[in-house]
Amino acid sequence: MYGFEALTFNIHSGYLEAIVRGHRAGLLTTADYNNLCQCENLDDIKMHLSATKYGPYLQNEPSPLHTTTIVEKCTLKLVDDYKHMICQATEPMSTFLEYIRYGHMIDNVVLIVTGTLHERDVQELIEKCHPLGMFDSIATLAVAQNMRELYRLVLVDTPLAPYFSECLTSEDLDDMNIEIMRNTLYKAYLEDFYKFCQKLGGATSEIMSDLLAFEADRRAVNITINSIGTELTREDRKKLYSNFGLLYPYGHEELAICEDIDQVRGVMEKYPPYQAIFSKMSYGESQMLDKAFYEEEVRRLCLAFEQQFHYGVFFAYMRLREQEIRNLMWISECVAQNQKSRIHDSVVYMF
Amino acid sequence: MSMVDASSWGAALVRISPYTFSAIGIAISIGVSVLGAAWGIYITGSSLIGAAIEAPRITSKNLISVIFCEAVAIYGVIVAIILQTKLESVPTSKMYDAESLRAGYAIFASGIIVGFANLVCGLCVGIIGSSCALSDAQNSTLFVKILVIEIFGSALGLFGVIVGIIMSAQATWPTK
Repeated sequence: MYGFEALTFNIHSGYLEAIVRGHRAGLLTTADYNNLCQCENLDDIKMHLSATKYGPYLQNEPSPLHTTTIVEKCTLKLVDDYKHMICQATEPMSTFLEYIRYGHMIDNVVLIVTGTLHERDVQELIEKCHPLGMFDSIATLAVAQNMRELYRLVLVDTPLAPYFSECLTSEDLDDMNIEIMRNTLYKAYLEDFYKFCQKLGGATSEIMSDLLAFEADRRAVNITINSIGTELTREDRKKLYSNFGLLYPYGHEELAICEDIDQVRGVMEKYPPYQAIFSKMSYGESQMLDKAFYEEEVRRLCLAFEQQFHYGVFFAYMRLREQEIRNLMWISECVAQNQKSRIHDSVVYMF
Repeated sequence: MSMVDASSWGAALVRISPYTFSAIGIAISIGVSVLGAAWGIYITGSSLIGAAIEAPRITSKNLISVIFCEAVAIYGVIVAIILQTKLESVPTSKMYDAESLRAGYAIFASGIIVGFANLVCGLCVGIIGSSCALSDAQNSTLFVKILVIEIFGSALGLFGVIVGIIMSAQATWPTK
């Protein structure tokens, strides 16, 4: 019952909520980012990071550092935190935490299938996969020739199996079909996650519904913009939009027929939360859209911490860490390539 | 003697021994108070343990929340002891007199008052204590401010004890 979670939440999840709030205190602040932006090379970055929670993960790295190493070690911290939480969790929180991984699994599957299509080596691809999305038979993905085989050989044993019912065709895998497969899987995953959160009820369902609805709407806009000028038909485009969120169903109808970015802007400006995002960009400019969406997402995720006794804090913490790792990657790349003037283009500050 | 019809529910109620009501009152006073205290302590304790991993400095100060919850159980014990001293024997002929029943009901009511007031007080202090531990871990200036809220919360148990003791003063059994 909404409002009375405080009475029983701490029985199973009080300890883990306190731990995740402790981790949140260790996220990098604006002052940390300012220090990092002043670095001259990657060793400086490593020195600054050694004073943060990433210290133990980076301290043993030998001196000619690469950007990918920094990102890999920081991701290891995220994975360690996640594993610590999930091994202590009971139902239904353990299912909730498992759901957070499925997005990464989908990304890994698409990464390997695309890589195989472009004739890359499987081992090399597996090393690039996100550790949170690994599952046992992932290497077998390289063998599949079309989607039906993909499902039958590998994915039927994974948690992604129920999301496949809508994209089982015998078509061969090419770039376009793989993108459609990715978006169809992700749509099914978001809807499943949304239904699960609704079933949990209480504060969790309210906060998670808001966060997932924003995610669904953001993906709808990205799908629209990316498919402008491609062969994707309007019906196919509409099939990729999730069936929940602020834009459902009328916004989706309008987005499906958009043919350029200004039309997308026209559609989105009818919705007050998104009008604020689009009004920050002048006409014809779409590069800043990604950053604007990330900033809005970070703002909502930080708000999830304002309430106690719900599972949304775990989701929010994982997402904020991922955003932080993206920030670190961008900063490292700018520093390594000596383009420090462009650092502020893409860093999203959290606190 | 009794005003009600001998085979109605009202008659059945007044034929329950006042000793039963007193005993149940004493049991509720201590039992439900301890339930409230325990509930509050575990709510605070689980958050405190988790938060102290990243911020070990909060442990000693935040034990105050646990002490406030514990105080609630102590109120229950004190009132139970007071109530059981009010329980006296009456001669059998006077056992169902109005005054006897009054004494029994007074002890019963006192027990319920104290028990349930302490139950919600323990819950209140426990939930605030949990939030206090988590906030203190992030920002140590918040501790004293949230402690003030907890003090107001623990006053609820005190109100229950005061009224319970006043009620129990009415428990005068008929003399021979």
